[in-house]
Amino acid sequence: MSLASVRDTPLTIAGRTFRSRLIVGTGKYRDNATMVAAHDASGADMITVAVRRVDLDRTKEAGILHHIDPTRYFLLANTAGCYTADDAIRYARLAREAGFNEFIKLEVIGDQQTLLPDVAELLTATQVLVKEGFTVLAYTNEDLVTALRLEDAGCAAVMPLASPIGSGLGLLNPYAIRTIKHRLSVPIIVDAGVGTASDACVTMEQGVDGILMNTAIAEAADAVAMAQAMRQAVEAGRLAFLAGRMPRREVAVPSSPVTGLLT
Amino acid sequence: MNPAMVRITVNGEPREFPDGLSLLGLLERFALDPRAVVVELNRAIVRRAELEQTPVRTGDQVEVVHFVGGG
Repeated sequence: MSLASVRDTPLTIAGRTFRSRLIVGTGKYRDNATMVAAHDASGADMITVAVRRVDLDRTKEAGILHHIDPTRYFLLANTAGCYTADDAIRYARLAREAGFNEFIKLEVIGDQQTLLPDVAELLTATQVLVKEGFTVLAYTNEDLVTALRLEDAGCAAVMPLASPIGSGLGLLNPYAIRTIKHRLSVPIIVDAGVGTASDACVTMEQGVDGILMNTAIAEAADAVAMAQAMRQAVEAGRLAFLAGRMPRREVAVPSSPVTGLLT
Repeated sequence: MNPAMVRITVNGEPREFPDGLSLLGLLERFALDPRAVVVELNRAIVRRAELEQTPVRTGDQVEVVHFVGGG
């Protein structure tokens, strides 16, 4: 923020500082050129990637590093697709071995239809990975007690959902997100569920430290334009939070003088 | 006479290779850059520096993974 009246500190996770509070994904883009342009427009400096088997017969070249410059973007590998702590730990170790960093977006899914997290497995995996020196950013639901347990277990950031992954339903429970932000000391990144720029703005207005999104940009009719809209929305929401909104009132209060009216 | 072969599973698929092949040799056969992938042998990660000295043996389960698009 460049306004003299508003001071902000950059997003810092486990001692590493990021310029942008927006973290973007690399999945589901129409094509790689669109993804590259959208990343650029988003202003993000951290992007997520997934770990999968190489297609040995090369029917398709799925490797993402052909299209992403790892010197420009900080790679945040995820454990998407894992349903047990053991699986997530295995994926995290593979991701770290790729040699970029020790950050892991830890995701342990508990239900196929909603993709909601299995918090018991998530906590188990967190404990193991923290012990192994990982910087764990845990994708979780918007439950305060789970968030507290994750912080206790050593998560570097806690990432509650706005709504289910890929749903685009926006921020369903702002109260829960605010509560988590108030009670935890580690950065809170809202991860999943944002559908459009207003969702991102309202989410940032809750005071959270950042937003992670993929589908809202990748599946927009114009992904590059949406990426820029998200960048502006995250900045606007952050600035509005820092500015401090007016109180909500159940009654109208005139904006113009009530004196000096003609009789 | 056929040279001795090893039968292994790579990324879930059965494959046959001449005996004496290393993990690095396996990657070369698939034209894979060892710097762009991570290799697991029977559920244990094999460091890049160790790929060359690690032979594959019949029954081995090999996984070769890389980063793909995701959220």
